[in-house]
Amino acid sequence: MATKTGRVISAEQKFSWKRALLRWEVFLVVIFIAVNIMNACISPYYLSVNGLFTATSSFLDKAFIVLPMAYVLLLGEIDISVGATVALSACMLGITFNAGMPMGVAVIVCLLTGSLCGALNGLILTKFTELAPMIVTLGTQILFRGIAEILLTDQATGGFNQVPWFKSLYWGKVGVVPIMFIIFILCAIVFGIIMHCTTFGRRMYAIGKNSEAAGYSGIPVQKIRFLVYTITGTFSAVTAIFLASGMGSVRSNIASGYELEAISMAVLGGILTDGGKGNFPGAILAVFILGFLRYGLGLVNVPSQLMMVIIGLLLILVVMAPNLKVGRWKAAPKGM
Amino acid sequence: MKKKILSAILCTVMAVTALAGCGTGKSAASAGGKTAGEETCAILVKSAGNPYNKKMIEGFQEIMDAQGIKYVVKEPEEASAEAQIKMVNELVAQGVSSIAIAGNDPDALQPALEEAMNKGIKVACMDSSVNADSRMLFVNQAGIDIIGETLMEAIYDITGGEGQWAILSATSQATNQNAWIESMKTVMQQEKYAGLELVEVAYGDDEYQKSVDQTLALLSNYPDLKAICAPTTVGIMAAAKVLQDESSPVKLTGLGLPSEMADYIGDDDAHSCPYMYLWNPIDIGRLTAYVSLALVDGSITGAAGETFTAGDLGEYTITEASDGGTEVVLGPPFAFTPDNIADWKDVY
Repeated sequence: MATKTGRVISAEQKFSWKRALLRWEVFLVVIFIAVNIMNACISPYYLSVNGLFTATSSFLDKAFIVLPMAYVLLLGEIDISVGATVALSACMLGITFNAGMPMGVAVIVCLLTGSLCGALNGLILTKFTELAPMIVTLGTQILFRGIAEILLTDQATGGFNQVPWFKSLYWGKVGVVPIMFIIFILCAIVFGIIMHCTTFGRRMYAIGKNSEAAGYSGIPVQKIRFLVYTITGTFSAVTAIFLASGMGSVRSNIASGYELEAISMAVLGGILTDGGKGNFPGAILAVFILGFLRYGLGLVNVPSQLMMVIIGLLLILVVMAPNLKVGRWKAAPKGM
Repeated sequence: MKKKILSAILCTVMAVTALAGCGTGKSAASAGGKTAGEETCAILVKSAGNPYNKKMIEGFQEIMDAQGIKYVVKEPEEASAEAQIKMVNELVAQGVSSIAIAGNDPDALQPALEEAMNKGIKVACMDSSVNADSRMLFVNQAGIDIIGETLMEAIYDITGGEGQWAILSATSQATNQNAWIESMKTVMQQEKYAGLELVEVAYGDDEYQKSVDQTLALLSNYPDLKAICAPTTVGIMAAAKVLQDESSPVKLTGLGLPSEMADYIGDDDAHSCPYMYLWNPIDIGRLTAYVSLALVDGSITGAAGETFTAGDLGEYTITEASDGGTEVVLGPPFAFTPDNIADWKDVY
């Protein structure tokens, strides 16, 4: 029964996915190329392999949250506690390390903390299914940030860069390619394959389209939601590890606003917040579009206030673009 | 279908034109300066939209313009170390000659700034220091002890040398606040200040409303209070307003922005603050500019004992800083009195 349902959904999904590829993917690739051409025109420093790879370090740390965030949005839900989860996991990393533990243990504690935070979100949302994810994760966001502030007060905890392998997570390179870039691409491929080539992925689409119908057709909706929220927590901790490696010390107020950046990257990538739509390569492309756009504008020293305006406009335009099309499509039959 | 593709392309073109327009138009303006030498000096402040930072940038620009040196101004949209790291990386990619930074975190910028120094970029900091390993030199707005002594002397003067007084600080963890308060307590050990009693250090967390509440609490808890010292710009403004509105006999001094405090500074009973202090952010920017230039042309390396001339500001000697690095101290804090406040309130 379950397999049959799965097949039907996948067939329908494959069909619309191809259409989406025609529009959205092409659209993003065009933007990506346009951003790069523009950057190369306005700054003589832009087109250097070394510079571009270094630039990826500036945004790839938070891009690790985009991976699971794409899943959350695909389910038609949202998780705004990720920034606070990053802060709390990073604080736990620092506290464990400075308590005399080896860095390996600290990293595991950090990942566990993140996973627990995510699992708490998942637990609340699956036990009380009528609650809105936005509100619950708003609550846990304040909760996690508060715990981090109690743990560290206003102090920083650091000294991570005494451990060479830990420092090289963010700063290290293989040839010209940063280690973080390689890890990110590997993670992205795994996340992409899970989303598009497995039963788990197809079930997420089904839940996003209509979670009640998915439930009636035998999909373990709550189990999948719980898993997705937990993975989100885990990957927030991965971001925390790279952030800690990049800065060498952490404090409780780091990573503020990361949730919105992750969500905007995923949305720009075509993963719509109403669920069941979008594809993974789009989200990854969006990460690089926003990242390179910021880097290019930064290279020519565009004031940061203006940069916010530009990125805000870009997001609005992108979200508007498909609606424009839908509007025309709807208007046409009426007119006839 | 064709229409959809067309509209998508149209949107892209629109977006790109808009971006390109903004990008090129503004870059010329913000890069600024004259293109005389190959050297480019960069200043990176804590955050955008802060008048104090703007004044620091102004001072920096003034000197760079006068010397005909190209410069870059960077203001992160939020006061975080993460945003500053990103900007340091951008500056490294542009190949600037020097970076002067007001750190949002003393330690978190170390890897990024070390990376910059490895590439031969001269790194100095001003206003808010980064740790000793992340910099070559710190432009200190005022030595901690000078501020402690100055504020203590002001309290002595205002209270007439005896009675109760209180401190209204920012957060209980603020590094600079605590250093000043410690310094004031040390100064108070002297025989001269024996008649003074420090009754409480209150914390307003640099929030206006909380500072107001704390001031009101001080007034009701200590009816004999004679003076309040608020070494924070938010705290002093809140306290000044409360004291003036309540027509309280308690007088106020501390560190504040002239533009915000102009209404409260005066010698008579109608004003709550006879005088207060602050350093001049424009001068910090100027001195930072001279330091950057001297580091770039190699006349100083940031070692203790070196001297250099900073234009009209005069001769400066590099000294050991308390954190193990080196610093130059701008000078004693500047007093804002009823006589000069009118001139300064429009400046910053």
